Order: sequence, then C-alpha cells, then structure tokens
Amino acid sequence: MKPFTYARAADSADATAQAAKDATIIAGGTNLLDLMKLEVMSPDKLVDINRLELSQIEPTDNGGLRIGALVTNSDCAADQRVRSDYPVLARAILAGASGQLRNKATTGGNLCQRTRCYYFYDTAMPCNKREPGSGCQAMNGFNRIHAILGASDACIATYPGDMAVAMTALKATVEIEDKKGKSRNVPIEDFHLLPGDHPEKDNILESGDLITAVILPPPVKAAHIYRKVRDRASYAFALCSVAAVITMESDKIASASIAFGGLAHKPWRDRDVEKLLEGKAPSADLFAKAADMLLADAEGHGSNDFKIPLTRRVLISVLKEATSPGAAS
Amino acid sequence: METTELIINGESRELEADSRVTLLDALRNHLGLTGTKKGCDHGQCGACTVIINDRRVNSCLTLACMHDQDEITTIEGLGDPGNLSPLQSAFVSHDGFQCGYCTPGQICSATAMIKEAEAGWPSFVSETLEGSEQLSDEEISERMSGNLCRCAAYPNIVNAIREVAERKS
Repeated sequence: MKPFTYARAADSADATAQAAKDATIIAGGTNLLDLMKLEVMSPDKLVDINRLELSQIEPTDNGGLRIGALVTNSDCAADQRVRSDYPVLARAILAGASGQLRNKATTGGNLCQRTRCYYFYDTAMPCNKREPGSGCQAMNGFNRIHAILGASDACIATYPGDMAVAMTALKATVEIEDKKGKSRNVPIEDFHLLPGDHPEKDNILESGDLITAVILPPPVKAAHIYRKVRDRASYAFALCSVAAVITMESDKIASASIAFGGLAHKPWRDRDVEKLLEGKAPSADLFAKAADMLLADAEGHGSNDFKIPLTRRVLISVLKEATSPGAAS
Repeated sequence: METTELIINGESRELEADSRVTLLDALRNHLGLTGTKKGCDHGQCGACTVIINDRRVNSCLTLACMHDQDEITTIEGLGDPGNLSPLQSAFVSHDGFQCGYCTPGQICSATAMIKEAEAGWPSFVSETLEGSEQLSDEEISERMSGNLCRCAAYPNIVNAIREVAERKS
C-alpha cells in the first residue's frame, strides 16, 4: 500500500471540501482498501466519513424511505420497513458478499464499488479502466464474468453489485451533496455510466461530491423477486441477476420494473421490455418475446457467451414466478 | 503516524502506527494479540474476523486509525483455556477443526452470527424475511459463508455452532 494521509471529516462540508482537494472518501472501505493493497488505487489522501450523521433510515414525506449513505448493508436488509415494503432490496443485499462484509459495507460505498474484472485487478496487465488508453485484455482473454450488454470497444467490465440492481428496479434516487453544499437527486438509473470511451469513470460523481442517501419511492404492493445466478451457492458475484417488481390486475401485467445485474457496466434496465410486458396477459410466448427484445443486441466475447442463453432462461423463470397466482411479495 | 485508542477486550490500548496499518496488523504486530489470524488479507477467507461494537467484521479490510475508541473483541476476549466460551467448548467437543488456523475467525464470526439470528435478521436462504428462522444447517452454512476452512472441517463446524444456537434458543 502506498503512503497516504488520513483525516476524519468533521461534517459533510468538511468531507466535500477535502474530496474537492483530491482526497478519496472512505466509508466501509471493504473494496477501497482491498484495491489500495493491490495498488490498483493509490490515493494520497483519505477522508474518513464514518462518524458523520448519515446512518439513519427515515420515512420521507411522500411515504418513501430515505436510507442514509452510511447505513450498513446489514442494517438496511434487517430494517423492518425494508423487509416488509421493499423485499426485493432486502433479498438483493442478503445475496451479496458475506456477513462480515455486509456489516462494514455502506449504502453509499456499495454504489461506488468497482468492477471485479480480473484485468482491472492485475496491475501487470493493461486496462482502460485502471489506466486509460492502455488497452483491454479482457476482450480477448478470460471474460466469463464480463458484460454482454452496453459494453464498448474500450471496456467490457461489469458493475458487480446486487443492492443497486434492486434499487434500480425500485426506481430509487441517489442524493448527492456537492462541494458548495448543494444537494441534488439523481435517478439511480442515471448514476452509473456505460463505459463508452471513458471506462475509467464508473459513475456521475464529480470531484467533491458526497453521496448522502438513497431515497426509495413509496412502496409498491407487487411481486418482489431477486434471483441471482452465480458460480457458488453463497458469497460470489452474480453471473446474472434479476430484480423484478411486478404488479398484476385482472390477470394482466399492470406494471413491470426489471433490472439486471452482472450483464453490463451498470444495473441494466430496458424500458422497451417493460412496456412490452405491461397490459398483457402472461404467457410463454410473451416472455420469450421479452427475452428476445432484452437480448437483441447482446454480444458475448468467448467465455461469457453462455450469459446470453442464461439470462434468457433466468428472465423467463422470474417472469413466470412473478405473474403466477400467489407470487411472493 | 496516527495515535488511536482501541478498547480491546475491555481494556484501553493506545496505538501509534502508520495510517496504512490495518486493524489486523495492529492486533497481531503492534499489540501482541496473535489469536486473530491473517489468511488472505483481502476479506475473502474470514480468518481475521473480530467483533467491533458487537458486529463481526474482517479486520484485514479496515484501518486501525478508523477505530478510535471502538470496542473490539478478539478471540482472546471470548474465553481462556480455563474458561472457554460456549462456542470454544463446542468446537473442541465436536472436533470443529483440523489445523485450527481458521478457528479463531470461525468462533468470533459464529459468536456474532448467533446474536444476529437472535435479533431476527433473515439470511439469503430464509424462507421469509420475517426472521423467525431456526438455525438449520443450511442457515448456518449460508450465514458462515464468509469463513473458509481449507481443511474442510465444515460438517463439525456446523455441528458445533448448531449445538450452541439450540442451547440458547
């Protein structure tokens, strides 16, 4: 690990001021410290925000829930309101990492976790995300865990998390405070970026920005499903995951909000697929068409080709479960 | 150099160390508490698990200087040879280890995990999210998936944990 200075932020203004002067914000640190040990990331300054007052889960005026940026994954998944009103989120968080990591990992930090692309982690290899312009070895290398949707010639890395996938299906917003103390809300769908020509940028955060909360809209009484497919039964990243929030009315799909993990540089949501499903009676034919539409532009890179048929089957299975009578909610 | 006060196993300890020192290295190399083990040093194996403010965490993935005045329990604080904790005793009677390297982490992790279950926390394999689950073998395996045992003593580790969890409930 390279040397760095350490400072504890007195308040959020102090944190954003330090972050604007090139300090890297540390919260749970479970991903950042791992990357610092490997010198994939080597900040000169750390600003520790753990003692800020951002650990509350509070109801919002319109009946939603505001989850403070420092609420741990464990506390979020164990919260009674999250469990009863947003079960897809509790399930997604519990599907991720281990008990020890969930106790440390925070809501804001989890949104900012970096890809687990093997080449990003290996400083002996070129990687456009780690070192812009150096090239991408994953493209023609080992790419079992890599993207099939929304990738670019520069990068085929995936966003690895589970929590943000569920938050995307829940249409959450990310609350961000900037270095001037101004707060803005960004739909979570717009928070993470596709790699394009700038894979070094994972998300829209600018220098001096601090995530202060994630806001969930009022709960939807719906089938809430989080399905995760991975190489081990526990404690592994998703090869493909699906978060679905689906309501039925008179035997037809009234609304569908579906997000996918493990497939792209961000939690993937396809509005056209949702529109195709809405207003229609569930059928094998409809679900097959939805999968066709989702995967029309999907592209494998060799070892991840299997993700295309896998995603198709997982989506169809989740849609069947969500639209069957007595679906989990 | 950072000066940090750590409350370890109920005792205040002052640490003066580089900002880069992880809590794990502080315990082992600076404070002489070698019960906590270093396995992968990347949060994957769980050998370094300690309990900070009642929560189990990987001590390799947190900096000592981030824990000023935090309460830390290590394996040394759970029991001693003449006075084993219920889990320490159960690991002995069930032969819940072979080489023993992962054992301190397993026991710290299980100690906190049983409390999580008592508090009604569900897990990924729980039927419902209501948290009324008994700690079945499947629940124990899922909740302990952050602790690896390269000797694969898992069946006896699960037996030891189940016995203590059942005694408590």
